[in-house]
Amino acid sequence: MKPGPGTYRTGGRVYASVLGLLSERPPLVQVIPLSGRYIPKPNDTVIGTVTDVQGTFWLLDIGAPRWAPLHMTGTPWQIDVGETERFLRVGDSVVVQVENLDPTGRIGVTMNGEGLGKLEGGTIVAITPARVPRVVGRNGSMVETIRQYTGAQVAVGQNGRVWVGGTPEAIHRVSEVLRIIEENAQHSGLTERIESYLKSSESAGERGPETPPEEHAHRDAPPRTLESAEPDEETLTVEDDSNEPTEPGER
Amino acid sequence: MGNVGAKEVPVLLSPEGLRIDGRRLDELRPIRLQVGALHNADGSAFVEWGQNKVMAAVYGPREVHPRHLQQSNKAVIQCKYNMAAFAVDERKRPGLDRRSQEISKVIGEAFESVVFAEEYPRTSIDIYIEVLQANAGTRCAGLVAASLALADAGIPMVDLLPAVAVGKVAGKIALDLKKEEDNFGEADLPIALVPQSGRLVLLQMEGHMTEEELSQALELGVQGCREIYEKMKAALRERYATGPMGGSA
Repeated sequence: MKPGPGTYRTGGRVYASVLGLLSERPPLVQVIPLSGRYIPKPNDTVIGTVTDVQGTFWLLDIGAPRWAPLHMTGTPWQIDVGETERFLRVGDSVVVQVENLDPTGRIGVTMNGEGLGKLEGGTIVAITPARVPRVVGRNGSMVETIRQYTGAQVAVGQNGRVWVGGTPEAIHRVSEVLRIIEENAQHSGLTERIESYLKSSESAGERGPETPPEEHAHRDAPPRTLESAEPDEETLTVEDDSNEPTEPGER
Repeated sequence: MGNVGAKEVPVLLSPEGLRIDGRRLDELRPIRLQVGALHNADGSAFVEWGQNKVMAAVYGPREVHPRHLQQSNKAVIQCKYNMAAFAVDERKRPGLDRRSQEISKVIGEAFESVVFAEEYPRTSIDIYIEVLQANAGTRCAGLVAASLALADAGIPMVDLLPAVAVGKVAGKIALDLKKEEDNFGEADLPIALVPQSGRLVLLQMEGHMTEEELSQALELGVQGCREIYEKMKAALRERYATGPMGGSA
């Protein structure tokens, strides 16, 4: 077996280097982290916040170890050098796609593409990136359930930032649901439980299940198709870290 | 015995061989480890160890501030140990002092030898250790808390870093000194162990010991570290245990 991500080899043995779940898929042994910052992958759609504006580019905080430069040529806009701040300012949020990564850790992102652009209105809720597959659900089932029952608009970035739009009540309910998912991510059958939770809190409250999403307070229609279902989603729940391959260095 | 004044040396070791708080020589104080105590940090842990209470938070890998500290081939590890003004009986003057600078340095360097910093070039891993209540052994408690916080933050490392102080009390080598033993004892020797390799990554000493006593103390310290190591692993498992579903659902 070859040591994969989340492991290291020394003295002929393989040890875990991060806290996580053991995955043995011959010929690879790896540890899937349970926590940690977002590690960018090419083609991931992520939600970022502008932290700095330069003459020809912006720096985005996408929750990764480094800020990601978004060059003005990577936007759908026609911009002159030095005019970047007219389009995006510090604190603005955008949906971008990870284009390339270089070995030094630089992250290239683009805003050219379907569903990418500036976010207007709404709220961003941050969750642990490792929990994103749970929030999305199998083929987007979880996020679809949330949309249906709350009437909110929800866009999930692969980096663990979730954009929520709609009425203040809807936004509140979605953040509540996200908190519950985050706290119970290791449980199976989560989508069903969330559904019954949403149903029950609804009977006590205000709105019917099939309320169509309200268009609210933003000019550009926000993207609603960010999430890609991760195949690892269910396998994460079956393994326990107590059966790790390693002895002294395990955790 | 009559009145025992504050300045008078207390009886550190009873004729039966028990210490001031009733422990045996090789016994640790009670330890409670809680992983994930803070919401905003990437990783965090709270440690209650005897009468010590220590909080640790880890942020990163993230952009380096100030910029010039950035290293092109690896992450920099910035550690800050701080003791609250209210952590000790007599109010401590708040802020940086030589003691906290020293402890920040030795703890930071201990972690530099176990963290795989090359995986995150041009970034910073920031460790904050806050001592809320102190009763000797806070650097070890801080190190244990920081180590759990790093694991909680998903930072790749060779291993967790258990740490403990050994000392010489009333002529005997004793594990995990408490305040009175530290103040009136003859020596204090904090160590931090990498269980995977058996290496020590922190070793300091204050006071006097013979060569024999030193090797006896190291042996006892390593044994104590292994005991703490098991507790640390248990605390991490507990964080992600699949118990009954909580929350309001």
